[in-house]
Amino acid sequence: MKVTGEDVAYVADLANLGLTEDERGLLLRDLNSILEYIDRLNQLDTTDVPPMAQVWDRYAVDQSKTGSASFAYASREDVHEGLRKSLPHDLALQNAPDSDGTFFKVPKVIER
Amino acid sequence: MDLNSLTIDATRSAVQELKTTATALAEAFYSKIEKDDPQIGAYLTLSKDRALEQAARMDSLAAKGEELPPLGGVPVGIKDVMVTRGVRTTAGSKILGNYIPPYDCTAVARMETAGAVMLGKLNCDEFAMGSSNENSAWRPVHNPRDLSRVPGGSSGGSAAAVAADMAVATLGSDTGGSIRQPASFCGVVGLMPTYGRVSRYGLIAFASSLDRIGPLTRTVKDAATVLRTIAGRDPMDSTSAEVPVPDYVAELEKPVRGLKLGVAKEYFGEGLDSEVRKSVEAAIQKLAESGCEIVPISLPHTEYAIPTYYIVATAEASSNLARFDGVRYGYRARDAHTLPEMYRRSRDHGFGAEVKRRIMLGTYALSAGYYDAYYLKAQKVRTLLVRDFEEAFKKVDAIVTPTSPTAAFKLGEKDDAPLAMYLADIFTVTADLAGIPGISVPCGETKENLPIGLQILGKHFDEATILRVAHACEQAA
Repeated sequence: MKVTGEDVAYVADLANLGLTEDERGLLLRDLNSILEYIDRLNQLDTTDVPPMAQVWDRYAVDQSKTGSASFAYASREDVHEGLRKSLPHDLALQNAPDSDGTFFKVPKVIER
Repeated sequence: MDLNSLTIDATRSAVQELKTTATALAEAFYSKIEKDDPQIGAYLTLSKDRALEQAARMDSLAAKGEELPPLGGVPVGIKDVMVTRGVRTTAGSKILGNYIPPYDCTAVARMETAGAVMLGKLNCDEFAMGSSNENSAWRPVHNPRDLSRVPGGSSGGSAAAVAADMAVATLGSDTGGSIRQPASFCGVVGLMPTYGRVSRYGLIAFASSLDRIGPLTRTVKDAATVLRTIAGRDPMDSTSAEVPVPDYVAELEKPVRGLKLGVAKEYFGEGLDSEVRKSVEAAIQKLAESGCEIVPISLPHTEYAIPTYYIVATAEASSNLARFDGVRYGYRARDAHTLPEMYRRSRDHGFGAEVKRRIMLGTYALSAGYYDAYYLKAQKVRTLLVRDFEEAFKKVDAIVTPTSPTAAFKLGEKDDAPLAMYLADIFTVTADLAGIPGISVPCGETKENLPIGLQILGKHFDEATILRVAHACEQAA
């Protein structure tokens, strides 16, 4: 088995998931079975193959340029205002689980 | 008016020529939904006020003799992963159970600007993660052809609504086959456009480098009409492409004679149901008789598509779904006393099992020590999969395959086997990874009257060709 119970606990922590004991047990089983299947990727030699994060890496990015210039296809004129109005306060807060009308409220972050 | 087999043009003409009204039509569809949807489960939320307001607008245009826009008065449904201003949008998840979006998804706005009447929001797998619609947090969708079977997923509600005459057309989303596979299972047309063809603004993100919005319709022409409506650059999505939108409907009429269609041996191997094979081969034979040249090709890395997909898609999902933390919107656990505890409990209670499984897999693949072995490796294999298509498209104009290795399976059949469920997408995920367009068109039925789909894959931004081939296939049937 590649993934251990400790790995599951560590990854759950990274992902901000608590998970019950039952869930951890099932995930241990499922992750191992899925990763075993995924390991077939190692049959392929990819030493000289460039990675591709998204489609336009291959079709739109200008490889002859560096930095932001290579992403010219996705850039636009800078707009200081008028592109889109910000949401009004009440609309931005309308889905808040808890708010005081000005801010989102969350449980206390700093003990004092 | 008979709601069976209504097309977009027939609906619009009936409203335009005052044979019926958009209002009467919308009400007829709501009656049909009220009667039939309890057995099927396609709709999660109905948006009657908004629909009837839009219908009245179209009726008043028609009454004045003004020309209706291309979708004028046409009742449509929208997959619940596209946000709709003022109309509850859940993404099939409890974590967004009461979410009322403050803005509209661009594709939805374009449909409504073109006169469409949005009946409501359609059921789907939670965050579009699934291939059977059984992962909806609310209820599973049943296949209208056989209620004991799944409609496919994740756009199961979108496919079922069209198949059961509860909408003339719907929008779905495709990340790993989620438009084409349910279209195939329900016997409707499903089109996934090229990545960048349709804006993703307002589509609740699952895997941003893969997610696409597209139509599910009764006919290929309807799919072309909807694509023409929703396609094109949107300043709100920097990945939407500045590529001119052709008149897809006019393009349909061009003959298919002389087109070269690739048939890849990797899509006809082990695991392909014999009835599906027979039906798909017969459809390819008919295309040959219409003058297409059938060219044997190879897409040698096909078997690596599913493992690549389940790393790329879950890695992106683990990042995208980090935003659901109970702070600004969505479900918040009430029993937590500290902030980290609140995050964890909100996500624990809010997400379903498959979503947690994918977040965990994606987080693992991105975590220190495993990034190179999994995520980077998958990104490299993604390049190999793209090269397969680039080589193939040097020789052919489009590629024809089965959409799914089997017809619709039974509810519960793959309950305890996530990997078996993932393999239901074996013929569809590669096109998602490569960014190319694909369409599923009905091409026959099994002995049990279950629909079978033919998939046609095309070059980037060449939806016109795959629509044309699909149209020819439809006409020949």
